[in-house]
Parts: sequence; structure tokens; C-alpha cells
Amino acid sequence: MSTVLPDQFGHFGRFGGRFMPEALIAPLDELTQAWREAMADPEFTGEFERMLREYIGAPSLLYDATRLSDVAGSRILLKREDLNHTGAHKIRNAIGQALLTKRMGKPRVIAETGAGQHGVATATACAYLGLECVVYMGEVDTERQALNVARMRLLGAEVISVKTGSRTLKDAINEALRDWVASVDKTHYILGTAAGSHPFPAMVRDFVRGIGDEAREQSLALLGKLPDAAVASVGGGSNAIGLFTAFIGDDEVKLYGIEPGGDGFETGRHAATITAGQVGVLHGARSFLLQDEDGQTIESHSISAGLDYPGVGPEHAWLADTGRATYRPITDAEAMEAFRLLSKTEGIIPAIESAHAVAGALDIAKELGPEATILVNLSGRGDKDMDTAATWFGLGGSDE
Amino acid sequence: MSDVVALGKAGVAIRKANDAGRGALIGYLPAGFPSYDGGVDGIKALIDGGVDVVEIGLPYSDPVMDGVTIQRATEVALAGGLRTRDVLSTVEKVAAYSDVPLLVMTYWNPVERYGVDRFAADFAAAGGAGLITPDLIPDEGAEWIAAADKYELDKVFLVSPSSTDARIAMTTANCRGFVYATAVMGVTGARDKPSDLAAPLVARVKSATGLPVGVGLGISNGDQAAGVAAFADAAIVGAALVKALQDGGPAGVRKLTEGLAEGVRREPRAPAVR
Ligand SMILES: Cc1ncc(COP(=O)(O)O)c(C=O)c1O
Repeated sequence: MSTVLPDQFGHFGRFGGRFMPEALIAPLDELTQAWREAMADPEFTGEFERMLREYIGAPSLLYDATRLSDVAGSRILLKREDLNHTGAHKIRNAIGQALLTKRMGKPRVIAETGAGQHGVATATACAYLGLECVVYMGEVDTERQALNVARMRLLGAEVISVKTGSRTLKDAINEALRDWVASVDKTHYILGTAAGSHPFPAMVRDFVRGIGDEAREQSLALLGKLPDAAVASVGGGSNAIGLFTAFIGDDEVKLYGIEPGGDGFETGRHAATITAGQVGVLHGARSFLLQDEDGQTIESHSISAGLDYPGVGPEHAWLADTGRATYRPITDAEAMEAFRLLSKTEGIIPAIESAHAVAGALDIAKELGPEATILVNLSGRGDKDMDTAATWFGLGGSDE
Repeated sequence: MSDVVALGKAGVAIRKANDAGRGALIGYLPAGFPSYDGGVDGIKALIDGGVDVVEIGLPYSDPVMDGVTIQRATEVALAGGLRTRDVLSTVEKVAAYSDVPLLVMTYWNPVERYGVDRFAADFAAAGGAGLITPDLIPDEGAEWIAAADKYELDKVFLVSPSSTDARIAMTTANCRGFVYATAVMGVTGARDKPSDLAAPLVARVKSATGLPVGVGLGISNGDQAAGVAAFADAAIVGAALVKALQDGGPAGVRKLTEGLAEGVRREPRAPAVR
């Protein structure tokens, strides 16, 4: 089932496809072919696996979170993607696509970034493989995430601040696409999530699916069976599809995608694309998106910069449509409670993105009960979020 | 499909110009810029200045094919509260003013959201001639193609220097009106020097179709328009006109349009290859 979709045109049922300028269609065809050939070439996949092992630190641990489980009421297993080099799952995709860029003989890479996680991962992969790297970042985000801008520059990347539109992630994607139309013969665009035009959703899935493949094996070794549920946060959808893919054929494993509920669904200030959006076309694919009556994209809101995107990858739209996966929102406040809870009970400070998944798991635990085992993708670590957390919880320097 | 049908409304206007021994001129302005009324006046000035076909932009929040000039203009239009229905009423007002064929250039999502069939019906009723769809390829366009055929609207798809011959054949077979050849690999915006990718692309398109071929992206003055008219059936001008409207109002648009219209009339001109 999981290997059948997308079809050769990149469709997941009525979702996906290619809504792109004609100028990029032939390059996308070439990319599709290069990716397919690479994935069938043991030399490429062997090199990718070697990099995952020796550079990233894969397989990441599967951690039995007993103290969190006591609070939650179900057994919670954490897939520790936060322990990867650069601190999140994003590096898997970045090195995969950077390796493919080398194979295609292109010397230059561009990327978009919101919080800076994907930008840092891409800058890292480019430093490691000797590629030129340009990262587009909305002006609002370069101000909110100044530390990651410095990290990218230190790694040798050029960071371009995008000053059009809402000056956030979606506009950084627009600007990267504009660059790509003009530079595609020498440049590969490393899109940072399992969204966009074919082949990106399927290609990114290939590079991140190790998360679930590893976790499936690790669960069998630890439990002697599969978990009852797998839970991940959903921004564009890469960490979630990375976790889900290995389990899609296992009907006994429930799949939950946790969307950023922001201030709450009622307020309209959220980024819960599947829960609250409508079907439409954005950034090259048909999926759910936050849009107004006229099809203009609505700005999203989330305390988590990595989840703050008004679109979502087409495979998630399809999984929601078919009912194979369930998507539900978690508010900023709920995510921050889970952020604190995990820090205090386990000594693990999660990314706020991942805290959404933990909060979702706490709710799901109430539904599934004490016999259940819930696998949670801890997609990243929280160092980048300490300013936000300090403000939220009032953890200032003086002791009053 | 007979040649007359495939020519559509825009194609007939372009061929009329070609039959008079000149290139056709297609001018673009977005609806709602700098204001609703200002946009209508700007488009009327295009017509007064002598365009053969008008291209009205439907402002969109995520215009990935546009450079900064058109981005900023469409941002102004949206910030001013422009709605899709206001674009349709702009079409209606201009259609009442002139018989020049009116195409709307739109990213796909606003049409999909409005409802493809409903949009085609309302647009045809407003007097529109067809759509130019920069992020819809025929491969994904079945619903639009059906609606365009039902309401007899032109369907202008784009071809690019990167398009393979097979894609050019497929794309042109799905066009009615004309074929939009993007002269450069890049976004909209005035450029200093003409692209050397345009002429070979036009030649490839002409070997695939008898439809007129318009060349756009980067043309900003009469000399460049003359250069394009020497090998293409129509010169398409966008960002330079937006800038003219911004800097000089409708009078500025009219003046630039007249200069462009003079350019496409210069001799010598290669006869249209059919
Ligand atoms: C740690 C972490 N988790 C999750 C996400 C959300 O992205 P995706 O849905 O593609 O996994 C991000 C994005 O920056 C992230 O940094």
C-alpha cells in the first residue's frame, strides 16, 4: 500500500500533483528520474546509510519514557530524533537531497527555512559535501531566530532575508521557487518538508522514512509487538510521514498527526491545516490549506515556528481523507504544558514542535488506557526554543 | 478542431495585426492597482494606447512566477481589499469600454476556490475572452479545459525554454488563443537585454502548432518590442507597464503603450509562419 502511491504523476488520490510553472516541469522530471535511479542504486543508498550512521548518529534511540508514562497513563516510547546531529529529524532529508544534488552534478543548493532548523540542516549538509548553499528566510523569522541565522552563516551559507508578502515561511518558499526558475540548470532546491510538487513529497518521504523503519524494528525488539499508536507533529509533514510510512500497512497501529492549534481553533489564530483548512492548491500541490473565500492564503499562527505553515503535504491530506490517519489540533498552551512536563519528568527538553506530539499523546493515552503503548516522534530538541519558553513561563534571570 | 476555433478570440486579434504586416501587442496590468478605479483606468489607457489584447492580472497572495514589481502591485491590490468578484467586475467595465479581447492571468487556486465551472461562466458573462494560467499545466488542467470548451474561452498555457519538444506538442495542442512563450528562465520583470532563448523557442513552438505565439518576460520598451515582433506573433509586456502606471498614472501607461505599439509596427518583419 505505502509503495503504490503516489502514482507516476505524483497524485495521492485527489491530492498532490504538479501545479508549477512549465519552466520547472522538465527539471522536475529530471529530478524524478535522478531520484528513482539513485534509490535503486546500492552505491547511493549505501552512502546515504553510511552518512546517517557515521555523521547523523542514526539509528536514533527508542526511549522508554517510564516517568512520563506514569503521568500519561499509557506506556510512552519516544523516538529520539532530537539526538541527531543538528538536533532534529530534518537532517535526514537535507543530507539525502544534498547527496542527490552531488549525484546530479549540480554545484549549488537553495533552501527555505522558517525557524531555521531546515536551513541549519541544509547548511550543514552542504558544508559536509562541499556545496554552495543559499537559504531564504522571511524577514520576520530572521529577527525571531537570529541565533539560527548566525549558525547558518558560520556553516558557510548565505542567508537571504525575504521582504515580500507576509515575510514568513510561505514567502521564503515563494522566493526560493523564484530563484529556482532562474537557476535550475545548476541548482537543486532542497525543500524542507514532505510537501510541494511531485516528486518532493515522495522523495522527502524516502529520506525520512528511516525514522519509522528504525522505530518499528526497535519496538519489535523491545515489546515483541508493534505499538498501538504512532504520534507525530505535523507542520509540512516530514517527521510525521517519516514515522508513519513503516506502519501504514499495519492496520493495528493507529496513526495520529498533531496539528498546531495556536490560540485555539475558535480564534482563527492557528495552523491546523487539515483540521480547519479546505482543499486547494499551494506551492505546487493540491492539499488542504488555510485560505479565505477567494483562495488567498491565510497567514498561520503557532508558537512553534516549525509548524507555522498554512499548507500541508499531500500524502497527509490523503491519509486524512481515507481515514488511515487521524489529525487533531493541540493549542500553544497545551504544547507548552507538555514541554514543561517532559523536561521535568524525563530531563528531556523537546522542540516545541515535538511538544505538540507529546501533548497529543497525553490525550490519546486517556483514550487508549493503561494497556496501550504509544510511540511518539520526538522530532527535535528544545535548545532553539529557550527564549520562547523563558518568556512563556517567566523563567527570567533574576530570582525576584 | 478547426483552425478558427483554436484561434479563439485573442488569436483572431493577433492574426489581424499580423495580416496587417505587424506584430501584435499584449499588455498586462493587475486589477485593483493602485486602486479599484485606478486599475480600470490603467487598463483603459492600455487600450487607448493601442494594445491588441489585454491581460488583466488576478492578484494572488503567493505569486511565484512574478518578480518584485508585479508582486508589490498585487500586494497593494489585495491590501486594498480586492476580491475575485472585483476582478470580474473590472473585466465587465473594460468589456463595456472596448472590444479588445480581455484575458485574465491567474494563479490556479483562486479559480479552483471560486469553482472552475462557475468562474468560467461568470467570467464569460462579464465579457472575458480567456485565461492565462502560469501555474496550471494541461496535465493537471482537465477541469479547466472542459469549462473553457463549454464557455468558448481561450486557454493560454505557457511554454518555456526548458520545455521538451514532447511537452511543447502536448501543451500547444491544449491551447486556444495563442501560445505564451516565456522568453527567459526566470520571473516577470523588465530586463535590459533581450533573451537569446526566445527566438529558438518560438521556432520550436511554430513547428508544433499553427497558433500564434506571444513572447513575454522582460520587454520594457519599443526597441525590445520591435526585436520580439521580428520573430514572434505578439509581444507581451507586463512589469514595465505596471511601473509606468505606478510612476505616471494612466497617462504614463498610455505613453509607454504607444511606444510599444510603434515598436511592433517597425519594418522589416518576418511574415507570420502558419
Ligand atoms: C523539530 C521539528 N519538528 C517538526 C517540524 C515540522 O516540520 P515537519 O512537519 O516537516 O516535520 C520542524 C520544522 O522545522 C522541526 O524543526
